[in-house]
Amino acid sequence: MTAANKPTLREMVEDFLFREAELLDDWRLDDWVSLFTEDGRYVVPTTDLPDGDPTRDLVFIDDDITRLRARAVRLNSRHAHREYPWSRTRRFISNVRVEETGEGELSVTSNVLVYRFRNGEGAPYVGSIHYILRRRAGSDDGGDLRIAYRRAVLDQEALSWHGAVSIIF
Amino acid sequence: MANVNLELEPTLWDTGDFMEIKDLIVDDRQRGIFRVHRSSMTSMDLFQQERELIFNRCWIYLGHDSEVENPGDYRRRTIAGRPLFFARGKDGQVRVFLNTCPHRGALICRRDEGNAEVLQCFYHAWSFNTDGELIGVPGEEAYGPYFDRSELSLKEPPRVENYRGFIFVSFNPHVEDLVTYLADARDYLDLIVDQSEQGMRVVAGSNKYNMKANWKLLVENSLDGYHLVPTHQTYLDYITSLGTGDNAQPAGNAAPYRHADRGAADRIRPPMANRVPGAARALGNGHCVIESAARHGRPIAHWHPLFGEDAREPIARVRQRLVEKYGEERAYRMANTSRNLIIYPNLVINDIMAITIRYFEPLAPDNMEVTAWHLVPREESDAMLATRLDSFLTFLGPGGFATPDDVEALESCQIGFRATETEWSDISRGMLRPAQTVDELQMRGFWRQWHANMQGLSKTNVQDGPVAEAGIAVASGTDD
Repeated sequence: MTAANKPTLREMVEDFLFREAELLDDWRLDDWVSLFTEDGRYVVPTTDLPDGDPTRDLVFIDDDITRLRARAVRLNSRHAHREYPWSRTRRFISNVRVEETGEGELSVTSNVLVYRFRNGEGAPYVGSIHYILRRRAGSDDGGDLRIAYRRAVLDQEALSWHGAVSIIF
Repeated sequence: MANVNLELEPTLWDTGDFMEIKDLIVDDRQRGIFRVHRSSMTSMDLFQQERELIFNRCWIYLGHDSEVENPGDYRRRTIAGRPLFFARGKDGQVRVFLNTCPHRGALICRRDEGNAEVLQCFYHAWSFNTDGELIGVPGEEAYGPYFDRSELSLKEPPRVENYRGFIFVSFNPHVEDLVTYLADARDYLDLIVDQSEQGMRVVAGSNKYNMKANWKLLVENSLDGYHLVPTHQTYLDYITSLGTGDNAQPAGNAAPYRHADRGAADRIRPPMANRVPGAARALGNGHCVIESAARHGRPIAHWHPLFGEDAREPIARVRQRLVEKYGEERAYRMANTSRNLIIYPNLVINDIMAITIRYFEPLAPDNMEVTAWHLVPREESDAMLATRLDSFLTFLGPGGFATPDDVEALESCQIGFRATETEWSDISRGMLRPAQTVDELQMRGFWRQWHANMQGLSKTNVQDGPVAEAGIAVASGTDD
């Protein structure tokens, strides 16, 4: 590979985010969970407190890896009634910003638009996602990235359309 | 009565009259049959009558006084269709205002929350202090001698009362005082407030979500022990996977619960179903409750493996304090039992694996806006607060392991109601036995009050039996 063709850091991260979006749209949730580190965290703050801190404030979701796995089990079962039958989703990721924060960690922010269709209705979730991604030491390959932190912030003022965060946002 | 469209051919299109309100509920206490006509959850006509006969007459929850902690703090709300805000004045008093400029109507308070000494209307810059007094009118010299600022203060709802931090408003100047209105529900509020030494507070962040369903379906759902096992299987599986069982019960408390293996047979007859029947009660004035020994942990004083070993000791200390202060029996109820409470008509307080305040504002027969908050004791340590917040999220909230399924259930019912040939919903469960949490007395108690209100009555017998309290007429047909 020539230097000119070598993907930039941002392109590498984008590839990772696009693969993540594909896993979620394809409902391959076990594969998605495996992107997380063992100390990984998935947080969705409430719509009225986007800066909410799960140790102090009420948030929608604050999953450690145990609850994240349980969430995948739940969504893969036939008993997560809001998502069975599954909704159709399509994710659009853009405005990806990457910052190297040292020690093999990347601070990444993306804009995200997820359309969700179910029961004859469709509406978007709109927001941004902040990640802390970890690279294996010495690696420059996006395939080695893992999610240590994923904070998905909704722009909506309330969950008026979907009534819940029933998918992974 | 229906307005018959005279252009239609009556012999072909005779749809008959709409039902009269008195016929919307079948309440046969002798045979144990209770049915609700589904038009009560789909009709726009009835929805508008509810506004007038229920929401304009009852006490309606507004907010908690901890939400405006400091002088100048304000919060905006929509209550019974009206834009309101409440603010703490310099004197420490919380006041509630109709959120409309007495001048020409614009909203005075245009943020959901904040702090201000002066609230200025952006339209013509009239300004008001947090006592609601009009303190500034640009170009006031243009008005005549009879223009009186004091007549143009921000208007307050006709009635505002605060019961131990819970602020209610009423648009009915003649409504009975709040404590009388709360009837036996008052004791259940005390059971929650008394858990704290320093009072309760609402934590920052709220759940705001809509359900495309009639608001009364959420009343039913919020106090429905019957649906827990079939609807919330994934939650029960989740807490089981984390290890619940006998060791979750401190010695000397509720009878130990033995977890069966969760095999196929177990799924058909879930172990939860027969364990703690608990009790359902109608508390008067439409307020109702279900109460039972908690199988999950309760951050107040009922340790659970989910909370971690570090939480064991502080929780035991809180329990000891409750026993010393209130005695074993009441402490047991506060610490070890859960309760789901409806304060009629549209406030739910569930004191379960966490305490949630849930207010719902009907928008249409098939749409409501839900706001839920988390109530916690002020004195709790940072570590216990974090544990409590985590406990909330396992079950509650639109990102939790249960609430999304309730949203689905209610919207599913509302769509089902479009099949209008199936006219009635059945709410008879447990009508001929002492009511358990898996029965439906708590829904009948609500519906009986609704039915009375919709007929212009303020009181009725909400019980399954013909027990009549003084001054409350026993419905006809229940003469034994």
